[in-house]
Parts: sequence; structure tokens; C-alpha cells
Amino acid sequence: MLTILFDGIAYGMLLFVLACGLAVTLGLMNFVNLAHGAFAMAGGYCTVVLVNRWGVPFFAALPLAFLFSAAIGFVLERTLYIHVYRKSHLDQVLFTIGLVFMSVAAVDYTMGSSQVFVRLPEWLQGQFNVMGVGIGRYRLLIIAICGALTLALQLILSRTRFGSRLRASVDDARVARGLGIRVNRVFALTFAFGSGLAGLGGALGSEILGLDPTFPLKYMIYFMIVVTVGGTSSITGPFLASLLLGIGDVAGKYYLPTLGSFVIYTIMIVVLIWRPQGLFARGAAR
Amino acid sequence: MSSPARALPQVSARFANRARWHPLEYAFWLCALASFFVMPGWHLILTEIAILALFALSLDLILGYAGIISLGHAAFFGFGAYVAGLLAKHGIITEPLLALLVAGFATMMLGFVTSFLVLRGSDLTRIMVTLGVALMLREVANRYAWLTGGADGLQGVEVQPLLGIFRFDMFGHTAYAYSLGTLFVLFALARRIVHSPFGISLQAIKANPLRAAAIGIPVNSRLIAIYAVAAFYAGIAGAMLTQTTAFASLAVFDFDRSADLLLVLIIGGTGYLYGGPIGAIIFKVMQDYLSGLTPQYWPFWIGMLLVVIVLVGRERISSWTAPIRMLAARLSLRGKPAAEVRRA
Repeated sequence: MLTILFDGIAYGMLLFVLACGLAVTLGLMNFVNLAHGAFAMAGGYCTVVLVNRWGVPFFAALPLAFLFSAAIGFVLERTLYIHVYRKSHLDQVLFTIGLVFMSVAAVDYTMGSSQVFVRLPEWLQGQFNVMGVGIGRYRLLIIAICGALTLALQLILSRTRFGSRLRASVDDARVARGLGIRVNRVFALTFAFGSGLAGLGGALGSEILGLDPTFPLKYMIYFMIVVTVGGTSSITGPFLASLLLGIGDVAGKYYLPTLGSFVIYTIMIVVLIWRPQGLFARGAAR
Repeated sequence: MSSPARALPQVSARFANRARWHPLEYAFWLCALASFFVMPGWHLILTEIAILALFALSLDLILGYAGIISLGHAAFFGFGAYVAGLLAKHGIITEPLLALLVAGFATMMLGFVTSFLVLRGSDLTRIMVTLGVALMLREVANRYAWLTGGADGLQGVEVQPLLGIFRFDMFGHTAYAYSLGTLFVLFALARRIVHSPFGISLQAIKANPLRAAAIGIPVNSRLIAIYAVAAFYAGIAGAMLTQTTAFASLAVFDFDRSADLLLVLIIGGTGYLYGGPIGAIIFKVMQDYLSGLTPQYWPFWIGMLLVVIVLVGRERISSWTAPIRMLAARLSLRGKPAAEVRRA
């Protein structure tokens, strides 16, 4: 019971790190980015190559994965995404689906279609018992890293100058522009950072989520659930939503294996019908 | 300045004019008919094209005419496919045409029920909900393996001869005649629908839901109606796929299918009934060619095409059909004032 809760939390934290970049993208530019998972996949494969082929230590590979995805995100944002912000949602959807298809085929071509795993250090494998609760070492690590990241994000958002600019831009981009905030630059940085976080999430999560070329398609719906259910106006919303989703999914698969991921989709649809702006939104119409 | 009473006959004359069949449309369907006799060796792929065209037509009804973005249109396609498969497998309704209709109406019910989910919320919510419904149905089909065969697909579907006379042969001759005929009938119906006052009110809703409501159009019930009709079309398309291939698998619900469908419609042009058929022809020919080049990686080119289309701009892409459309307009409105020739 508690083990499931623990696994669920680890899973949820991971989802949060993967999806929080998306929440900002969506909230800031009202941009529907279905290709977010592709950045996560980039980070994951970067780690696999670094650790398995070149023998880079796992912990050194994580920041590299972050940088790798962030760089890809930055370049793509400046060259391609920037042309699509002003287009309709339909165009955005088509564009990002196109990117997903390209990334899936490209990874399939370069890395092969089978599932890959990162070789973990010995001491991260296995689990230990605390008062009868089985705790996986690796999952504990994930919770620690993701928890620290969440705290850091929250601090950046609420305490730093950049954070207040970002919040101002999300609240009302026009007024923020009027006040002299360079919304586009804030956005480019945030996009790159969000992609980087996704890449880090992909690097950490390859063990739990599995990593193969269809990753962006498989988890697209999960990221979107986190964002739509959590709302885009804060990061607390997506955080709680990811935890709910993680625990719900793990528990659902454990207790009601016959229903599978059915539970998640049902919850999502019910929430969206009940509160189209998301569970934790402040009701601001956008 | 003309009074509203005097303007009314002008307006209805203009809409009636728009609804008339253009000579080029006759030409299009004559070509389609001719393809049956001229290209007998191609009937299998032509059948696929006809089915895809019908499916794209269905999406066009809600996307091009009512402005609803759907990322899960495969839900209806798949539902129709499985209904038709189950009807044939268990011998409930053995006559294909009747089974087709039943599958269509069953899907229409599903469309009606799920339409309430897409009424609320923004584009994003609609995308999510339609996607969620398709994934859910796929999961259901996967889980209830005793009924649907699960991941192995629905096997042992035996399709009886059409109308009790025409047997489905392995060269696809019957299948093509059947799917082309169905496509034509449903196309004519869709044409009738979009040029009716009902269809025109849908375009008003697409342009501006708030104003449409203000001039007394019941926005929600119109959207529900067209969503159900589109589901009917998609269900028929799916059912035809099952009947002509005697097989249904989980792939009918795939996300790729919904995404490809969007591409088909974008290639052909939205809000323009021939967009579906034309897009389907181009898409299938392209797919055939690309998958011949690189069997495993052709999605890459599909993705690239999507990206390029968006970056270049959909309006510019679809403008390549503009000369044809202008020609059509000129042919049908010969001698009319130039102001009336402009397509809305």
C-alpha cells in the first residue's frame, strides 16, 4: 500500500519535471506544443549514449542531458517555433505533430526501434525496507532530485526578478510588454529551460517510463493531462496534478489491472467537463 | 442602399447559385467513375483512397465547416469498424449494405453522446477530450479481448456478398465499386447539408460563435447535430474498411490515423468538400511512393510536410487549387457580374 503510494509519488514527481516546461509554454504564449515529449526523449537518448557508449558517470550525464535538450529547445524556438506563435491552434497542432513524427522517425533511424535502458550505478539498484515499506533506491533518488528541482523552481518564480517578469508575462503579456518586459526573450529562455527540464526528466525517467522512439507519442497525453488538469497559471497546479496522476496511474494499474489506463482518461475527461480551465486554475479566462 | 426585403431574394439567389453543381464537379465524378473501368489493376489502393476520402470528408464537416478541432476522429472510425466487424462475425446482420448503415447509426449515437464533451471549453480542451475519447475506446477494445480479439485484432470476419449478389473478390473490384458508390452518395448528401440553411449557420458559428448566437442561431444544438453527422460519416468509413478487408485491428484507433487525417485535409484544403477526396488521392499516392523508398521511416517525411505546410502557410498551399476553383466559378457563372463570382 505505502509502496504503491511511494512509487506513485516518484512517478508523479517525474511527470511534473517533464511537464512543467509545457505548462509555462501554454500559459505564456497560449501555444499548444504537442512536441514537448520529443525534448524529453532527446534528453533520455543523450543519457543513454553518454552512459552506455562513452562511459560517462550517470550523475555527470544528467546535467549534460539537460543542456542538450535545452540547446535543442533554444535553437528550435528561435528558428521554427517563433513563426508559429501567431497562427491558429490548428496550425500549432499540425506543426508540433509534424515535429513529433519527425523526431520519432529520426530517432528510430539513428538509435533503432527497440527499448533502451540506461546502465545505472550498482548502488542505485535494488530496494530497502523501512518499517515494512519497500523503497526503491532509484525512486528515492528521483523524489529527491525532483523535489529539489520543484523547490528551486518555486523559489526562482517567486523570489527572483526573472520570476516576477515571467509571472507578469503569463498574467498579461500585453501589459507586461507595455511595462518594458521583453516578453519574447523571457519566453525564449523559459522555453529552453522547460525543454531542458523535460530532457532531465527523460534522462531520469528512462528507467521507469521506458525509452523507445515512440516515447513522445506515448506520453504526450500524460503531459497534456498534467497541464490541462493543473491549469497553467501557476506551477503548484501542475505539481498537484502530476502527483494525482502519478499516484492514480500506479494505484489504478495495481488495483484494477483490467481497466488499465482507462482510469486516467476517465478522470481527465470528467475534470475537463467539470472545470474546463483546470482543477487549480484561478478562473482567469484566457 | 437596398432594403432588407429587397436584398433577401438576391441573397437566396446567391446561395442557390453557390449550391449548384459546377461542370468541373461533374468532371471530377466522371473521372472517378472512369477510374473503375480504366484502372482495374489499382482497385485495391483506389478502395483505400475512397475510404480515406470519406473519412476526411467527415472531419471536414466539423473542422472546415463548424471549426471544431479534433485530434481523436479515429474514435468514430474505429468504432464503426468494430461494429461492422462484430455484426459480420456473429452473423447478426449479414448483408453488407445494411450492416454499413447500422454501423453508421451506431457511431452516430456515439458521436451524439460525446458531442456534449466538445461543446465546452477552448480549442485545447477539445483537443484533449477528443484525443482522450479515442484513447479510451482503444483501451476498451484492447481490454475486452473476448469480444474484440484484443491486440490480435478481430479475426474470422466473413463478409457476405453485397446485396446477396456481388461477392467481394481479392482484386477489390466489388470493394471499389461499393466504396466509390457509398462515397458518392454520402458526398452528395454532405453537399446538400453544407449548402442548406443549416450548413450556412454552421459557417456562421465557425466565424464567430458569439455573434451567431446573437442573431438567433442555436449554437450548441447545431454543433451537436453536425458532430453526430460527422461521426456517422466516420463510422461508415470505418465499417467499409472492415468489410473490404475482412479484418479490424486496434490500429483503427491509432493516434497516427487521426493525425494523418488532419494532414489529408490540410493538403486538400478545409472548408471545401473536395478537400477530402483530393487530399486523400495525394496522400495515398505520396504514402505509396515514400513508403516504397523508406518503408520504416516514411512518417519522417509526413512530419516534415506538416511542418513545412504550417511554416509556408496553409492559405498559400491551398491556393494551388485556386485556378481550378476560379475556372469552375467562371464556367458556372458565365455572364454574371464580377462581384458575384467571388467565392465566400
